[in-house]
Amino acid sequence: MAGGTSSIMETLFQRTLDDMIKGLRLQLIGESAFVSKALDEIRREVKSTDPSTKSTALHKLSYLASLHFHDMSWAAFHVVEVMSSSRFSYKRIGYHAASLSFNDDTPVLLLITNQLRKDLGSTNEFEVSLALECLSRIATADLARDLTPEIFTLLSTTKLFVRKKAIGVVLRLFAKYPDAVRVCFKRLVENLDSSDPQILSAVVSVFCELASRDPGSYLPLAPEFYRILVDSKNNWVLIKVLKIFAKLAPLEPRLAKRVVEPICDHLRRTGAKSLMFECVRTVVSSFSEYESAAKLAVVKIRELLVDDDPNLKYLGLQALSIVAPKHLWAVLENKEFVIKSLSDGDPNIKTESLRLVMAMVSETNVVEIARVLVNYSLKSDPEFCNEILGSILSTCSRNVYEIIIDFDWYVSLIGEMSRIPHCQKGDEIENQLIDIGMRVQDVRPKLVRVARDLLIDPALLGNPFLHKILSAAAWVSGEYVEFSRNPFELMQAIFQPRTSLLPLSVMAVYIHSAFKVLIFCLHCYILQRESITSSCPENLVLGVSESVLKREMPEDSGLIRTTCEALPVQGDKGFNRRASNQSSEVFSVENGGDRTINHGQTSTPNFSEKSSFTYESIVKLINLVELAMGPCMGSHDVEVLERARNLLCFIEVIKGEITECLEHKEKKKESEEMKASEIIKLMSDAFSEELGPVSLSAQKRVPIPEGLELKESLDDLGTICADIQVPPSNDSNLFSLGSPYNGEEVGVSASELESKEESEPSNEATALLTDHRKRHGLYYLPSEKNEIVPNDYPPANDPKLRDNLNNDTEDLVKLTEQSLVTNKKPNHAKPRPVVVKLDERDVVTITAKRPEPNDNLLSGAVREVLLGSDTRTTTSQHNPPDKASSKRKGKEKLNVDPSSKLKEDLGDSEKPDHENPSSRRSKHRTHGKERRQKSPSKPAEERENNGQKGKQKSSHRARHKAQERADAPLNAVSQTPVIPDFLL
Amino acid sequence: MIRAVMVMNTQGKPRLAKFYDSQPVDKQQELIRSVFGVLCSRAENVSNFVEADSIFGPDSRIVYKHFATLYFVLVFDSSENELAMLDLIQVLVETLDKCFKNVCELDLVFNYSKIHTILDEIFFGGQVLETSSAEVMKAVEEISKLETASNSITLVPKSVSGWRGR
Repeated sequence: MAGGTSSIMETLFQRTLDDMIKGLRLQLIGESAFVSKALDEIRREVKSTDPSTKSTALHKLSYLASLHFHDMSWAAFHVVEVMSSSRFSYKRIGYHAASLSFNDDTPVLLLITNQLRKDLGSTNEFEVSLALECLSRIATADLARDLTPEIFTLLSTTKLFVRKKAIGVVLRLFAKYPDAVRVCFKRLVENLDSSDPQILSAVVSVFCELASRDPGSYLPLAPEFYRILVDSKNNWVLIKVLKIFAKLAPLEPRLAKRVVEPICDHLRRTGAKSLMFECVRTVVSSFSEYESAAKLAVVKIRELLVDDDPNLKYLGLQALSIVAPKHLWAVLENKEFVIKSLSDGDPNIKTESLRLVMAMVSETNVVEIARVLVNYSLKSDPEFCNEILGSILSTCSRNVYEIIIDFDWYVSLIGEMSRIPHCQKGDEIENQLIDIGMRVQDVRPKLVRVARDLLIDPALLGNPFLHKILSAAAWVSGEYVEFSRNPFELMQAIFQPRTSLLPLSVMAVYIHSAFKVLIFCLHCYILQRESITSSCPENLVLGVSESVLKREMPEDSGLIRTTCEALPVQGDKGFNRRASNQSSEVFSVENGGDRTINHGQTSTPNFSEKSSFTYESIVKLINLVELAMGPCMGSHDVEVLERARNLLCFIEVIKGEITECLEHKEKKKESEEMKASEIIKLMSDAFSEELGPVSLSAQKRVPIPEGLELKESLDDLGTICADIQVPPSNDSNLFSLGSPYNGEEVGVSASELESKEESEPSNEATALLTDHRKRHGLYYLPSEKNEIVPNDYPPANDPKLRDNLNNDTEDLVKLTEQSLVTNKKPNHAKPRPVVVKLDERDVVTITAKRPEPNDNLLSGAVREVLLGSDTRTTTSQHNPPDKASSKRKGKEKLNVDPSSKLKEDLGDSEKPDHENPSSRRSKHRTHGKERRQKSPSKPAEERENNGQKGKQKSSHRARHKAQERADAPLNAVSQTPVIPDFLL
Repeated sequence: MIRAVMVMNTQGKPRLAKFYDSQPVDKQQELIRSVFGVLCSRAENVSNFVEADSIFGPDSRIVYKHFATLYFVLVFDSSENELAMLDLIQVLVETLDKCFKNVCELDLVFNYSKIHTILDEIFFGGQVLETSSAEVMKAVEEISKLETASNSITLVPKSVSGWRGR
């Protein structure tokens, strides 16, 4: 009694949904506070025994879940209660809440099967429709399995309102429970004959969804779809049928030949833009090899393009970009329009036209197009500007810079793009700068010049988007410092005051580059001095390069030689001039004289200019570095700190000796100087090792050594580390080859190794290194990958070039050992420089797409119903445990070429037999085979016959239908052989 | 198929949201927010399509239409035709208009249930089932008749149980 009273009170004073919405709009306590209060109310009300209170509470909860995003899974059980109410309005609330909140994991789903079954069988079509709607959202495999018979019945109900929804639910049914195909598929196909446009539209859209997942299975239904394509007047239906044919046509060329004409008819005739666009899209995506159809489509595209409606314009451009790969002429025809659209106000149109412009790019016009686009990017808003830059970068780098011939141009274009104010493509530009540096040897001088211009500009340092680019520029300048015209200036740029704005990771690269530059300068200085004192400098140079690791770069030695040869002639002069200059202002970045000279020079670098390494200049350089490194020593970043320390320690080691021996320049002792210079030479050689690009799949190709347990537990690692203190094991991860661009990291680790060993004589260092290499061979990819290096590497060196280098033998050794490194090629022989490519083929094969298992089941079932043999269907029906094996059989069967299957079925259809299914089945086989021999010769005739046959067939079909409707669902399967009858 | 139907006002408040691939509620909120973020940045008189791969995953596009204070949004994939979807929004708005006589945002706010009825007649589990607003209206009227019929009995105190069934 008490419960009853409170229930009445609750009912009387319960807020309805409307009250709650009004309250929500007028609340003063804040929306979230109001909602949580309302939720508390709902929590109480929903427990009520009164169905009205309960359902109202649930209704409010659904509202809050749907529009205020509050979880309502806790109310699942109440949802089930309300669903089972006999009153329609409550039931509706319950079903709405269920489809809103239930998912595959909802536990109470098990409880609703019977309720759904009851409602599906209801005489009230709106109740049935509620259940169907709910099922279409939440059906699980279990629900689908249990309710398949009900759906089967509904698929042929006379109530169209229910039947169209039953057709719609089939999609979910098949997806969750592929075996339902065996029961329902035939009825679904029958609905293709329906005269009612709603039913037809529903069933065609179901087939469109099914065919988009697995077109091959539905080829046998092509005649049905063809009939609809020709007969239907409903644009919705036609659009869906076109979508189906767009999927089917590529699988069966003869089908394409047959349907292309009706599609063109629609294209010519239709006034509806949606249908017209769909025809165009179908033609350009699936029928583009039919010249006349493609031409017609392009004419229609043109109509879309000139329309005032931006939607049509956009879709026209989109169609154009589908057609572009196969019929570039269509794009070229509309070139002016496309270029003009780049400045359209509509972002969609701009993006689409940009895509088209990029489609037109080729080796010959890339320079002009890039110029036009860069100009556009300067004028456009930041977002589109970056889209332009991004597409230039990605198009030019496609297929390892396939379309770039003039790399000097491209590198300077990158430099220019970096300076565009809105540029946010730092990461991409960084990658490409380093990538080009490693892959294209010939472009390095230009690259270094571009990098220098970027580094030296203090304005760029303030833009955080450019930091990545600056990092790449610094790396390039350090790595290829031998091409730099003025390393001193470079150092000055690296340590200009505003570099403190850089993030620490970039700073670390800067410091490392400074290290490389410093080594280079010292090395040149020592060589230069030796060349003055020693009578035969060449021997010395060679001696040095041979004594250390076998990896000196040809440019480097060539350059040094030039220096050495040049110096005796004009050395003194340059020396003095520089010395006097430097005393005043050499190192300032503003050194006008220096810069103008550098700018004035174009293709022939003046080495003597660069190599005027005087004592003063070197000391100044060292001081500069020391000064700049001071603040870095207090850095919190390990990378920066460590690199700065390395650099300073190195200076510490060499400084004393350099200063000392230079003070008594003429009367120095050989041994003293040798020590410093040897360290420098060692370092220089270490840095001149060329870094090559690394294949993405390189690491995968390394076989796992025997005995290496990769999946072992690492728990006891702590004790091992405590026992053995092997530094290389810590270093080793620095050699990891995660990305092809981690050149810096490799560099770092090399330098760390070097700094550890710098006090030891060179041959010992080499020995250590080789030892390390032996132990950690895994991480030394480049030089040990000779065997697996793909043979599409650039050809070996041109012997002509080698002529001007005396050390042929050394080169030969290098060649055999360093196949990852491209060698310089003559500028005159080929127009395009060699670009190192790596074979990525195996990566591609690995990532080949596998269809989902559920799709396999579904398509297996569909094919089985459409083409399968009788034995298979019967066993699978009566013998559930056998299902798996029969399915497998089915799949084997499916490997048969679908086109030949279709041929068979087309052949079958001509046979006017209407005997009992089993005897016909056996005849089919033989008949089909006979047919197959004939059919290729006269497919056209056959198809013409098909048209007439179709009409005769319809009467038979009706008879079959009547027969089947009487059958129980289980028997339906044994009749599957009837299906071929429906195929024209 | 159609992945979602949304109606939101120009402040980004959702007025109707229906997702046909089930999404957890916080994900729904996030999706609506990002759709609004895209829509409100678009000028008037530009095309009504947005490529939505970044929001809804691969192969998804948005078509939207701006009426007074409301955005009507459909999210769909490549098995639908863009212009047909645009027409469909028109059908939806026409139906609402017929239903509420000059529909405005407030109608949508206060008629949660009815709007879902309309929506469920047009869309069914992500497929377009009905494209004629007259047919939709017919069904919607039948359903509300049925609802009022079942509710008219509620004049009798509801707690008096025992006469369930029809």
